[in-house]
Amino acid sequence: MEDAARLLQLVVNGAAAGCIYGLIALGFVLIYKATEMVNFAQGDIMMLGGFLAFSLIAHWGLNYWVGALLAIVITAAFGYALDAVVLRRVIGQPQFAVVMLTLGLGFIFRAGAGITWGYDSVGFATPFTNKTVNLGGLVLGQDNVSIIVGTVILCGVLFTFFSKTRVGVAMQAASQNQLAAYYMGIPVRNIFSLIWAISAGVAAVAGILLSPVSMIDVNMGFLGIKAFAAAVIGGFGSIPGSLIGGVIVGIVEQLAGYYLPAGFQEVTSNVVLLAMLILRPQGLFAERMGKRV
Amino acid sequence: MSESLLRVDGIQTFYGPIQAVRGVSLDVAPGQIVTVLGANGAGKTTVLRTISGVLDPEHGQILFEGRNIASMPPDQVMKLGICHVPEGRETFPFLTVKENLMMGAYTRRDTAGINQDLELCYEYFPRLKERQHQRAGLLSGGEQQMMAISRALMGRPKLLLLDEPSLGLSPLLVQQIFGIIKRINQEQGVAILLVEQNAHIALKTAHFGYVLEVGRIVTADPCETLMQRADIQEFYLGQKEAGVRGQRRWKRKRLWQ
Ligand SMILES: Nc1ncnc2c1ncn2[C@@H]1O[C@H](COP(=O)(O)OP(=O)(O)OP(=O)(O)O)[C@@H](O)[C@H]1O
Ligand SMILES: [Mg+2]
Repeated sequence: MEDAARLLQLVVNGAAAGCIYGLIALGFVLIYKATEMVNFAQGDIMMLGGFLAFSLIAHWGLNYWVGALLAIVITAAFGYALDAVVLRRVIGQPQFAVVMLTLGLGFIFRAGAGITWGYDSVGFATPFTNKTVNLGGLVLGQDNVSIIVGTVILCGVLFTFFSKTRVGVAMQAASQNQLAAYYMGIPVRNIFSLIWAISAGVAAVAGILLSPVSMIDVNMGFLGIKAFAAAVIGGFGSIPGSLIGGVIVGIVEQLAGYYLPAGFQEVTSNVVLLAMLILRPQGLFAERMGKRV
Repeated sequence: MSESLLRVDGIQTFYGPIQAVRGVSLDVAPGQIVTVLGANGAGKTTVLRTISGVLDPEHGQILFEGRNIASMPPDQVMKLGICHVPEGRETFPFLTVKENLMMGAYTRRDTAGINQDLELCYEYFPRLKERQHQRAGLLSGGEQQMMAISRALMGRPKLLLLDEPSLGLSPLLVQQIFGIIKRINQEQGVAILLVEQNAHIALKTAHFGYVLEVGRIVTADPCETLMQRADIQEFYLGQKEAGVRGQRRWKRKRLWQ
């Protein structure tokens, strides 16, 4: 009984961490599906979202929910502008140029955040900090539970948006066949910038959800590397795949941290990734029909 | 000729350094079906892409209802009433048939009119109604062509650009689809610019025809006249007369200039 409870707790904590990876991975996948660009600055955008929320809530004294919402909206607007001003110009350039550009942007964001907010870790009080829920004897931190619940709600909202709204379906359409979208009079460039906005907004949500569990600091964006592994495990192109990939990485990492000697936890995401590339290189949820452009 | 709906005047279009269209002029009157015939690589698709704004011409004018649309982006051209059925259908493979059709009405906001047009499309192509919740990528080639035509109709066009609708379809299906194209033209009053390699069916369907060769218009005549012409019969309708091959081609080509 003791062991089972311990295991469950580890799984929940791992799933919570995995949700964060999954949300970042979702950003990778949305942008990749639309523009065939991999945005290596995705983790750093999460970091910016976290710091923004910190400023608004801890510094300006806004209510947690208001501050969080505002931080998400501002980060999303930033994502839109990032595409409209910078990334739109490199569409059609070699992949290498795009990779270098987004890696460079990550450096700039970290430097900018360091100048603005300093290099020390910061945090802010959330309604979930240091509280627990008791689920039939199983005691869980509200912070971890809030991450999981928040991710599930966000996924529901995104799913409804992409499948039910006109703009959401147009985003799918433009991602599937850009030329045809142009022929239909869909403003493809704006649609792509909106996809960047959503990815950045989702990253900000991840940063905010993460803040009761871990402090915000300039280098927190490096967990984007694990998110990248999650995206590849999920098939890099599948939205449910990226979330499930994230949760797998998160859980395996937690279990490895507990049952294996120190040091293993850090490499588990790469081990899972390698195993996946060997056993099922197309990922868990590879789409069967190829993309036609 | 001031009453033409579309007037293309001396357009030249490039892909980078490659010139694909070398000064093409053509007219489409309201309610008319005009066809452009030409062999592979003649530049037919490029002409249509230039009209719909996906490519911009380096020189020349494109007047639609008297307005120059040569440098407009595709979404604006579409709002003016030009809808494009692209070569090779270009579906959204993971969207359902219905979602594909609704994307054709993306620039419109009149819900009642959109639903009316959706029913109209299902009336022309009942097969699409049966498949409306299926992914477009799972349709047969013929069904995809029907869907591509319907998707363009959903924009409620004044002018429909059709790029080789017969491509890859069985002769029977070609007959059916062209029958419906003709009905759409007559019943909805939509003007059609039809690009084809299948000269038989194109000349039977259209009122006026142009022949495009290596980026230039080499002949322009009403379709009845074109059908009678010896050179057209020979090169596009496949009815050969006796004679030496090389010599014959050279002579006929000169005849067109
Ligand atoms: N994207 C492109 N980049 C460079 N050249 C192109 C491109 N598309 C077409 N071309 C060239 O432009 C010329 C005209 O092509 P276009 O597609 O307009 O011909 P077409 O008449 O539609 O031929 P088909 O009957 O085979 O569809 C061809 O020589 C072709 O090689
Ligand atoms: Mg063509």
